[in-house]
Amino acid sequence: MTMTRTRIALLSAVAAGLVVSGYAFALPEGVDTIQVKAASKDHPLDELYSGWHFRTPETQALQEDDFENPGFLWVEQGVDLWETADGSEGKSCASCHGDAAESMAEAGAAMPKWNEALGKPVNMEQQINLCRSERMGAKPWKWESSELLSMTAFVRNQSRGKPVDVQVDGPMKPWFEKGETLYNTRVGQLDLACSSCHQNYYGQSIRADRLSQGQSNGFPTYRLKWQKLGSLHRRFKGCMSQVRAEPYKVGSDEFLALELYVNWRGQGLPVETPAVRQ
Amino acid sequence: MGLKHAAGLCLALSLIAFVAGADAASLQPQEVRITDAELGSSLTGAPGDPVQGAKWFKSRKLGNCLACHGNKDLASEPFHGEIGPPLDGVADRYSEAELRAIVVNSKDVFGPETIMPGFYRVLEGQRVLKDFQGKPILTAEQVEDVIAYLNTLKE
Repeated sequence: MTMTRTRIALLSAVAAGLVVSGYAFALPEGVDTIQVKAASKDHPLDELYSGWHFRTPETQALQEDDFENPGFLWVEQGVDLWETADGSEGKSCASCHGDAAESMAEAGAAMPKWNEALGKPVNMEQQINLCRSERMGAKPWKWESSELLSMTAFVRNQSRGKPVDVQVDGPMKPWFEKGETLYNTRVGQLDLACSSCHQNYYGQSIRADRLSQGQSNGFPTYRLKWQKLGSLHRRFKGCMSQVRAEPYKVGSDEFLALELYVNWRGQGLPVETPAVRQ
Repeated sequence: MGLKHAAGLCLALSLIAFVAGADAASLQPQEVRITDAELGSSLTGAPGDPVQGAKWFKSRKLGNCLACHGNKDLASEPFHGEIGPPLDGVADRYSEAELRAIVVNSKDVFGPETIMPGFYRVLEGQRVLKDFQGKPILTAEQVEDVIAYLNTLKE
């Protein structure tokens, strides 16, 4: 396990040295903020800030040290699961995909992706489970299970530092538009849309919390409040419950569309998985 | 109206009063009409209690006004929000009728884009959690308590 840990730390050090699209990915000796200009002129925001930017120096420091970052407990479990054969075909992820550092170097930045066979987009969790059921003959993992979180975090971590780049045109367009509508629709007894807080008031305090732009580039994220790693869809559910709205289900088409749209809002921000948030 | 009908009506009314409980005498959320950003009369027909109002103001489960508004009067409470304007001296800036209109339905005063929820409205068709369906955020009595408290915030 110590060896594994060292390998991840070395990879991170390499990532820290990379300059992507004109900004350095912030790690211990990098820049002090994770921020980029909006890629497209249609973007509702001019400047994009990772949620990292809005957290306390202590929380930021916790994320930046791979040995302290509690999210790496899941990434490490993912390292093992990647090599573990499962299901009727006797295959592991590595049987087909080899070294994840190479094969998954881009994948974490480009999900959800269009799946021609299903005729819909799939996100990382869904793609992992598709591989399990279709290639490995293994049972899909439950959403929010330790296994699915670990594998999602491990795969996405391979793309750490890569700018988020999701496709939103072609067959993805209706999904993108559905996500945009959901983002701007007020829900719940408190009558708030995602945009009410995360577009119009980011950077300002709402009681003990400082509102972020609601960016998704650090998911799955270790949340201090949860004391564990959690998926983006779990976070969506939490937000909806807080405004006293009936949440959509994890893995639902609604959350998938919202994920696509939210990822697009962070187009160009570096993947940070596993991020640490409050 | 015949005697029989009158008796029936009385029974129906007392049933409604029984079901609605303490708020029966109050104006229901659907009946409230805000005109020119003012709501002149108390929702309950009685003045509120400012001490209770301060409680609802800071309670995370009820008004939670402090989530968005700073308020020096409650300086002992940690974590004042920054989303809305600070409410120090708010009673110097708004009349009681204006404050009531804002708390009851801010959208009728500031326009549909405001982030501030209306605290005495019932929303339909927007996925309201089961426990909160058909209910405003605050009861009529709690709204009046909050108004009474806001009315004490003078500089």
